[in-house]
Amino acid sequence: MSRPTASTSSAKDGQLRPTAAAAKAREPMNVLIVGVGGQGVIMVSKALASLAQSKGYQVKQSEVHGMAKRGGTVFSHVRFGPQVWSPTIPKGEADILVALEWAEGLRWLPFLKPDTGIFICDTKRIVPPFACLNRRPGAPLRYSRETPAEVRAQVAEAYAIDATRMAEELGNERAANVVLIGALSTALDFPAGDWEKSLAQFVPKKTIAVNLDAFRLGRSWIEEARTNPVVTEAPAAKAAALAHVPYSVRLEITPEWCKSCDICVKLCPERCLRLNAERIVELAQPEKCTGCRLCELLCPDFAIRVHLDSAVVAIAAAAQETKA
Amino acid sequence: MHAVPETVELSKRPDQDLRPLTGNEAIARGAWEAGVRVAAAYPGTPSTEIMESLAGYPAEDLHAQWSTNEKVALDVAIGASFAGSRAFASMKHVGLNVAADAFMSQAYIGVNGGLVLAVCDDPGIHSSQNEQDTRIYGQFATVPVLEPSDAQEALDLTKLAFDLSEQFDTMVIVRGTTRLSHTRSPVAIGPRTEHPTRGFLENPAKNVMIPAHARRRHVAVIEREAKLKAYLETAPINRWETGDASFGVITAGTCYPYVREVLPNASVLKLGASWPLPDDLLRRYCASVERVFVVEELEPVIEKELRALGIKVEGKQFFPREGEFSPEILRAGFERAGVLEPRAQRAGWALEPLARPPVLCAGCPHTSSFMAVRASGARVAGDIGCYTLACLDPLRGLDTTVSMGSSIGNAIGMAMAGDTKPVMATIGDSTFLHAGIPGLINAVYNQANITVLLLDNHITAMTGGQEHPGTGKTLRGEEAPKVDYEALVRAIGVKWVRSVDSYDLAQMYQTLREAIAYRGVSVIISNRPCVLDPVKIKGPALAIVNEQCNACQSCMNLGCPALTWGKDTFEGRHKVKIDQSLCIGCTLCAQVCTVDCIKPAATVAQ
Repeated sequence: MSRPTASTSSAKDGQLRPTAAAAKAREPMNVLIVGVGGQGVIMVSKALASLAQSKGYQVKQSEVHGMAKRGGTVFSHVRFGPQVWSPTIPKGEADILVALEWAEGLRWLPFLKPDTGIFICDTKRIVPPFACLNRRPGAPLRYSRETPAEVRAQVAEAYAIDATRMAEELGNERAANVVLIGALSTALDFPAGDWEKSLAQFVPKKTIAVNLDAFRLGRSWIEEARTNPVVTEAPAAKAAALAHVPYSVRLEITPEWCKSCDICVKLCPERCLRLNAERIVELAQPEKCTGCRLCELLCPDFAIRVHLDSAVVAIAAAAQETKA
Repeated sequence: MHAVPETVELSKRPDQDLRPLTGNEAIARGAWEAGVRVAAAYPGTPSTEIMESLAGYPAEDLHAQWSTNEKVALDVAIGASFAGSRAFASMKHVGLNVAADAFMSQAYIGVNGGLVLAVCDDPGIHSSQNEQDTRIYGQFATVPVLEPSDAQEALDLTKLAFDLSEQFDTMVIVRGTTRLSHTRSPVAIGPRTEHPTRGFLENPAKNVMIPAHARRRHVAVIEREAKLKAYLETAPINRWETGDASFGVITAGTCYPYVREVLPNASVLKLGASWPLPDDLLRRYCASVERVFVVEELEPVIEKELRALGIKVEGKQFFPREGEFSPEILRAGFERAGVLEPRAQRAGWALEPLARPPVLCAGCPHTSSFMAVRASGARVAGDIGCYTLACLDPLRGLDTTVSMGSSIGNAIGMAMAGDTKPVMATIGDSTFLHAGIPGLINAVYNQANITVLLLDNHITAMTGGQEHPGTGKTLRGEEAPKVDYEALVRAIGVKWVRSVDSYDLAQMYQTLREAIAYRGVSVIISNRPCVLDPVKIKGPALAIVNEQCNACQSCMNLGCPALTWGKDTFEGRHKVKIDQSLCIGCTLCAQVCTVDCIKPAATVAQ
C-alpha cells in the first residue's frame, strides 16, 4: 500500500508486529465554506484545496452532496497541513469561516475558533419558503435576526460583505463567491498570483476576466475594511417583525348557499375546515384559522365571509408605520 | 493573517502522480487500474459518482452501465464474472437489500473473474431512509469487507479487492461511507493492468445452485472463511501502530482518521478488513495494552467478535450506535472513558439556527402533482425520490414512504384493508422502473381499487440527474430505446391510463378526480421534465402586481422557493414577491392566484 504519511507495519516473518506510530501531527489549517445549494460553495473549496495541494500540503476537502440542488444547506470542510487526519473540522476549531449566505454563516459560527477565528460572510439573504409559512397578521419572518454589528461583537474578526451586490455591479451575480475568495485570500499567506491561477481552473473560460475582477475587488474590500472599518448592515435585518397583536377571526357561513363542493376544505392552507354531517362547510379548528380569506375568495357561491376584529386594522397601521 | 503550516513530505514525491480525488472517484480509479471489464450500478447517494466516474474511462477499457436496479446491476456483474472478466457493481447500503437475493447465493458460487462490490453506507442518514451497517451483510454472507479510511486507501483497497476475489474465490465488498465518498484528497494513481478474460468455466457443481450443489458449496464457503482469516493475520492492510500501552484502540475505515485526530499518539490497531477478523492478531494486540476500545460507526460488529473471543473490550458504552462520528463525538467518548482530560467548555453564543430543509425547485413539476394530490383527499403511499419532499408543509401531500417501489404495494394493502379514503400511490419514473412494475402487475392481478400517479420527469432526479431506460440515453450518453410507459401499463392490463401536463393544474385536478372515481387500477402519467436535468429549464419570469395582491398567499401553498414575502402588507399579512432569478415561468402560482395579479415580469412595472 502506498500511503505517504502513516507508518506501515511489515510482515516479513509472517507475524504482524507493531511499528512506531506516526509522528506527532502538526496542526492543520481549517477553513469551513458554507452556503445554500447552487451558490458555488464547492467551487470555492476546490479552488482553495487545489492551491494548497500545489504548495505540497496534504489536503482533505469534505462536503455534503445529495440535497445540495434542493435549496438545502451546503458546507465544505477544507483542511490542509503537513498531516491531516479527520476530514471534518471539529466544532470550535475552524480558523476561517467563509459564508456565501447570511443565515448559513450564523448557523456555522460555533465552528469558529473562539479567540482567533475569522468570519467572512456575504450579507446576501436567501429566505427559504419555510420562513414564510405563517399567515397570521403580524407574523414574523422566520429568518435569522442577528445583525452584522452583533456578530462583530461576538467574533474575533468578522467581515460582512455585500459580495452579491459587488458581483452584480461587475456584471455577473454568480461571481459573488469569487469576491469572497478574494476576501479569503487576505487571511492566508498564499501569493495573490497563485490564487488567480487556481481560480482560472475552476471558473468557466468565458468568465475568467470577470472572476479575476471579482477576486481583486474582494481583496481590496477587505484591505480597506481592515484599515477603515465599514459598517455594512444586512439590508432587511433592520425590518423589525410586525408587532404581534392578539386578534380573533369569525367565519360567517351561509349554509343555504353552500353546495358542498369542498373547494374551501381542500385548499385551506391550515386545513381547519370540514364538511359537517349535512355536507355543509364548518370551521372545525377555529384556533388554527388565520383569517387569510382564501376560503372567502375561493367559494364560488359567496357562502363564506371572514370577519377579522378591529385589532387587525391596528396591525396594518403598525405595519405601515414600520415601513415609514 | 494566518501563517500557513510548514510544507511537507508530499511535495518530495515528484515520481508519483498525485491527483485530488473523492473517495468515489478513487474507488472508480482503483477498479479501472485493476482491469475491470464490466461495471454496473443503479444511482444512490452517496455511491452515485462511482459509476459516473468509471464511465469517464475509455469505452474500449470497460463497459459501464446504469442498470434498472441494484439486483440487475449485481446480476450483470455476476454474469461478467462467470464469463471470466473482472467485474464490478456499486450501490448504496439499501441497494444491497435489493441485490441481496443474488448476493447471498453468489457468496456460495464464488467467482471466475474477480468480482467486487462497492457499497456505500450513510451513517447520519444524510440522504437515505435508514443507516443500516453493510458489514453485517459481509458477516451474513461470509464475504470479506474491506474498509478504506481515505481516498488513497479507497483506490488501493479496491485494486486489492480484485486480487483477493480471484485468490480466495469470493466476491469482495469495499465498504465506504458518505464521508469517504465525498471527501477529496490527493491520491497517488497508477496505470491500468489488463486482465485478459479467463473464459467461461463450465462447472455446474459450482455454478448451478441446486440443493445438492449448494450443500457442498456451503462447506467450501466455511473453509474459505478460515483461509481468509489466516491471510488477514499477516496482511499488511492491518496496521499495528504502537503508542502508550495503557490503552489501545481497534478501529477501521473512516473512523480511523477521527481516532488519530483526537489521539495522535495512541496505540491503534487499524483493520483494513472489518470482516472476517484475524483472531490471533486481535488477541496479541489486546494483550499488549491494558484497556481496549473499539471505535466503529453504527453496529458493534468488531466489538461483538472480540467479546466472543473472550476479550474484555469497551466500545458502544462510550461511542453511539447511531449517527455519523466526528472528532467531537470521539473526544467526548474518550473523555467519559477517562483517557482524555475533559476540555473546558466555553459558553458559546446561543443562536437559533434557521430551518432550511431541502425543497422542490422553482417550477418543479411535482409541485402541481402534489397540489392536486393534496386536494384529492386521498390516502397517499409515497415512494423514494425528490417528491418525498412533498411530505413537508406546505404541500404535505403524502402519508407514507418505505423503500424503492413500495408505494404501489403499500397502496394495494391500504385499499384491501379498507381505508375509508381513496387510495393512491405516487412514484417517480426511475423508481417505477426500478421496483414499481411488479407492484403494478400485482395491483391489476388482484383487482385493487387504487390510483397510481406516475411522476415522469424523464430523469433520475434526486441523485443528480442520471439516465435510465425511460430517458432514451445510456450512462455514456449514447442513444437507447425508450420505455413507453403508457404502452407498458396497458400491456400489464391497466384499462384506465391518461397522461397529463403537470403545468396545467385544472387538468391535473380534474384527471385525478376521474381516476379516483374509476373502480379498479387507474394510472396517471404526469409528463413535464425535471427543471434541472438533463437541461436547466428557464422561461420568462413572472412578477406580482403589488397593488393588486391581497396577501391571501394562495400561491405560498406551492412551497416554491422563488416565492417569498415582500415588504408590503395587507391586513397585517405579507404580500408576496417573486425572485426573478429563480422563477422559470411555470405559471403555477398565476393559476392559483385568487385575484389574478401574477403576470409576465416584462409586463409588470417594478
